[in-house]
Amino acid sequence: MTGNEIVFENVSRFYGDVLGVNRVNLAIPPGITSLVGPNGSGKTTLMNLMTGLLRPSQGRIDILGVAPDDPERLFRFVGYCTQFDSFPRGMTGYQFIYAYLRLHGKPHAEADEMTWRAIDRVKLTDAAARKIAGYSKGMRQRIKLAQAICHNPTVLVLDEPLNGLDPLVRAETIALFRSLAETGKHVIISSHILHEVDAISDQVILLSSGYVVAEGQIHGVRTEVEDHPMQILIRCNRPGALASRIFELDTVVEACVHNDGKGLLVRTRDPDRFYLMLNRLVVDGVDLESVAPADDDVNSVYEYLIGPDGGSI
Amino acid sequence: MNHDSWSLWRAQVAAILRLEIKKNFLAKRGLWIYLLAAAPVVLMWVHAALNLRDHRVCDLGHDSLIFAAMFQFFYLRLAIFFGCVGVFLRLFRGEMMEKSLHYYLLAPVRREVLLVGKYLAGVITTSIIFCTGTALALIALLVHVPRTAAEQYLFAGGGLGHVLAYIGTAALACIGYGGVFLLMGFLFRNPVVPVVLVFLWEGANPFLPALLKRLSVIFYLHSLIPISVPAQGDFAFLAILSTPTPAYLAVAGLLLIALAGLWLAARQVRKLEINYGVE
Repeated sequence: MTGNEIVFENVSRFYGDVLGVNRVNLAIPPGITSLVGPNGSGKTTLMNLMTGLLRPSQGRIDILGVAPDDPERLFRFVGYCTQFDSFPRGMTGYQFIYAYLRLHGKPHAEADEMTWRAIDRVKLTDAAARKIAGYSKGMRQRIKLAQAICHNPTVLVLDEPLNGLDPLVRAETIALFRSLAETGKHVIISSHILHEVDAISDQVILLSSGYVVAEGQIHGVRTEVEDHPMQILIRCNRPGALASRIFELDTVVEACVHNDGKGLLVRTRDPDRFYLMLNRLVVDGVDLESVAPADDDVNSVYEYLIGPDGGSI
Repeated sequence: MNHDSWSLWRAQVAAILRLEIKKNFLAKRGLWIYLLAAAPVVLMWVHAALNLRDHRVCDLGHDSLIFAAMFQFFYLRLAIFFGCVGVFLRLFRGEMMEKSLHYYLLAPVRREVLLVGKYLAGVITTSIIFCTGTALALIALLVHVPRTAAEQYLFAGGGLGHVLAYIGTAALACIGYGGVFLLMGFLFRNPVVPVVLVFLWEGANPFLPALLKRLSVIFYLHSLIPISVPAQGDFAFLAILSTPTPAYLAVAGLLLIALAGLWLAARQVRKLEINYGVE
């Protein structure tokens, strides 16, 4: 344990007879980490365990050296944007953040200044004096995000933080996550929108039915899925000619011309060797435009690992 | 535990009080508590108004006996009892039902500090409501008697002491029942049956053996009220007479009950989890 990681050691959580998560072992480094899985896979359970809202049935959790059952220390450096869409009654956006900071023990002037800074950051300044009850779904999402970041936490836990945000705010929010991660913070995001996760994550944790099925950088995870040869899309002007040469390689399992006729889709068990040998195979008159993995993404990895019946993501 | 910790906890309790007291006072679901507290006030003021209108001279001794009976049998046993049920049971359970408790649990606040803050907010709310009710009813008691009689009662007849004793007893009732119902809110998913059982236990207090009497809030409250009205009716002969507890012991007993409730509730709040049924 380095003290700079979020560590789960053999953590299980049961709700009576129902499994929440089972035998989870994780060491999450700084950066953006996405928890990916369908509803019921254990994403929220894992986040609630991380923040002490739930206690593990067994195992141990350590958040940068602090146990989650010590809220007085934990929430000095942890911010949690929950999926719960309920707020204390009658509060305005400003009061929601300000009162939260007063609970931290901040004096009025400091709490006021930090409140406005957080509200500005999520672009809700104009709506700060309005009751949250009258906010749209996207505004409620943003005020929760403001609460999570208002005390400048080192660890940010965000449960489906992009839900309900319009495309512009979504892009701004993702940029915010990136900027936080670049400063060495832990940003843990749960999402079931895979292309979004793909675009922003440094590493992913794939969950299914309460189990961690894979973790790490998505490319690394993909490489380890040996049952499914890697797909590589080669964009070129003469895919047919290239295909006839490519079958000379013993690492190639399958090659087919792409639907649009402007590329070749190759499946190989050894992508590194394939890349090395590809240049030698290129015949005269074939111009390569690009060579890129075609299934090196969370969606494919998830489907390979869990199968199409793994749940709806 | 150093000075910094104490000043942080004080600031956090103050922050909790600001949120909770406002919420307790403005809760629409708590309207019936105001009605309970206002019932004797309305009765006493109607009585005073009628006497003033008809220029009737009242017997202050008789009226104060009526007030004592009302305070003992309605205010303590029903109004404050159920008022505290309404406020203290909801402190944690209500927020769990409204799915808003995580707001507190995501702040760097010790669970015990949260418990104390919420309990104090409940005590302040119920004390203000019921002590004000008691004071207003007592004003109605005196407003329609001649001024000299009222002054004599207050300053020569020990009436001022009675007034303070009634108001103090109402506040102590909130403290005692508050501790009990705060704990029950943690222990029972559906606290209706336990509340009924406590109500019956408190009601049966006059008929309990001397030792068991001490395991109730009402026993100590009875020892504090200035005029005790004896039980009447068919079952009055079953009442077991016991020596009243001295006031200082009664106050200590009540505080002990409240502290026991808080201590046991603190054990529960440490284990408290948020499970609103999501995922």
